[in-house]
Amino acid sequence: MKQKLSVPVALLALLMTVMVLAQYEVIDLYIQTIILFVGINIIISSSLNLVNGHMGEFSCGHAGFIAVGAYVSSVLSVALFTQDRVFGAPLLPPQYAFIGFPLVLLAGGIAAAFAGLLVALPSFKTRGDYLAIITIAANYIIITLIINIDKIGGARGFMGMKRVIFAMEDVAEIPWMILWVFLFTILSIIAIRRFVSSTYGKGIIAIQQDEVAAEIMSVNTNKMKLIAFMLSSGLAGIAGGLYAHVIGYVNPKSFDILKSTEALVMVYLGGMGSITGSILSAVLFTLLLELLRPLQIIKWVAIPLLLIILMQFRPEGIMGNRELSDIFPRLKKFYRFK
Amino acid sequence: MTVLKITKLTQYFSGLRALADFNIQLEEGELVGLIGPNGAGKTTVFNLVSGFYQPTEGVISFLGQPITGLKPHQVTAHGIARTFQNIRLWNEMTVLDNIMLAQHSSLDYGIRDLFFRTGRYQRREREIRDLAMELLEIFKLREVAEEKPKNLSYGLQRKVEIARALSSKPKLLLLDEPAAGLPSRDVVELIDLIRWIHREFKIAIWMIEHQMKVVMSLCSRITVIDFGVVIAEGTPEEIQHHPDVIKAYLGDDQL
Ligand SMILES: Nc1ncnc2c1ncn2[C@@H]1O[C@H](COP(=O)(O)OP(=O)(O)OP(=O)(O)O)[C@@H](O)[C@H]1O
Ligand SMILES: [Mg+2]
Repeated sequence: MKQKLSVPVALLALLMTVMVLAQYEVIDLYIQTIILFVGINIIISSSLNLVNGHMGEFSCGHAGFIAVGAYVSSVLSVALFTQDRVFGAPLLPPQYAFIGFPLVLLAGGIAAAFAGLLVALPSFKTRGDYLAIITIAANYIIITLIINIDKIGGARGFMGMKRVIFAMEDVAEIPWMILWVFLFTILSIIAIRRFVSSTYGKGIIAIQQDEVAAEIMSVNTNKMKLIAFMLSSGLAGIAGGLYAHVIGYVNPKSFDILKSTEALVMVYLGGMGSITGSILSAVLFTLLLELLRPLQIIKWVAIPLLLIILMQFRPEGIMGNRELSDIFPRLKKFYRFK
Repeated sequence: MTVLKITKLTQYFSGLRALADFNIQLEEGELVGLIGPNGAGKTTVFNLVSGFYQPTEGVISFLGQPITGLKPHQVTAHGIARTFQNIRLWNEMTVLDNIMLAQHSSLDYGIRDLFFRTGRYQRREREIRDLAMELLEIFKLREVAEEKPKNLSYGLQRKVEIARALSSKPKLLLLDEPAAGLPSRDVVELIDLIRWIHREFKIAIWMIEHQMKVVMSLCSRITVIDFGVVIAEGTPEEIQHHPDVIKAYLGDDQL
């Protein structure tokens, strides 16, 4: 029992440490932002991995769902808790922002999940390869829609989310976003893990390994695909909401196909169907992206090159389809949720 | 009571007639065989019954209810399970997971139970696991519960596949050439196993088999098809001496 508690205790200690370091400005804003991006990218890669890794489909437009979550939660939080030029006076007292914020994030996630449903419904009825094309198209459609809605800034982007953070800071002067990103990253990982370790969720692993056998041996494959896709895009939406509030500003261009490609790179770098692989690759990739930032556009030579090298020498990714606990079985006794 | 009733079942594959006007009735607790030369349409019959193909024509009813047009997983939920001619296990999952997963249509908990690990979730997962472990015990597969099927011998994979089919608690079991690819020593064991399953689980079994030894020693009744058409029906003795059957199998040394 003591051992089983060690993971939550370690996580709590990590959170407290980072928050205290940020509170007393031992780590500067730049480092804080990188840490926040790590968390957000963990959600992005592990949620895409659910569809591309565990289920073995090929979704290429993850950024579209990140965008839906980012915009829905941003518009909601700005309209609800701040004085805004377009949306006017706050609809709720700003001091409730710290309670309302997680709910607003969830609303963004739910909106993204429904966007996912709209994309999945036509594509899973037809043959598998169509999903790739339809998700790329969906990614473009979502961005084009956003650009054409003037009320949310159109191509100029949407801002005002920093004021939501200030509203939270008026209640208590702590690094709120570190708390939220941490919390939602952990919750996302728990959700994905609980899903794929249940007999229910293993239905999608059966689909990946032999879809015909899955359908004939009692798995409602169409329904499972929809559910997994909605879960995946819903979590992407939550990541989008977090991203928007960390940056304080969103622009449709930040959610284009390049962002989707980043998500794909993380999934293949980490290993298909490995949650620990996705976490590991999100950490590595975020750091790598920061290192390559001075190169600007050239990083888009470096990253595909990395992917090609990876496919040559380790096509199964860092972890393959294994988890850390498969490689070090002793870790198992520390895990709570299996 | 009639378990399975098939009337006028016909299947075309873009012009090719794979099955024509096929009729059969299986009673409770029967063990019946379906034989015929290569490409005769035997697997097609099973694919139609399990809902994998939608018939061009004909009606399939199970325990008095029409099941034509249902999706495969719905057919499984009604109580029909099957094995495949070329073993189709989920090879990257453990044997235990393979067997547990066949209960997917009777999970009886929702996605909310799964995320919150409710009492219902835990109870049902325990029951699902217990049933799977019981089957592993019965089939003497306990030691390989955590193995991946691809690492097992062909004979063991066959056994796992039958155990997986039984895990969905079927009332009718369809076996598509269960003895295919087995060494003769294992064939004898398989015959005993099928006989034992038939008696213990009290279910109807319908099997396709190429090896005459297997059908002859197990089935009370056999249907023979050739080019999608029934050419003979009857007891093993009647079938063995039926002139049309001998003609269809001419040159086939398996008879
Ligand atoms: N999906 C399909 N599309 C087109 N033709 C098919 C399809 N499935 C089966 N057939 C054809 O239908 C005929 C019957 O095939 P089936 O697999 O039912 O034979 P079988 O009796 O099981 O043979 P075997 O003993 O070789 O397993 C064959 O000519 C086969 O090529
Ligand atoms: Mg066949």
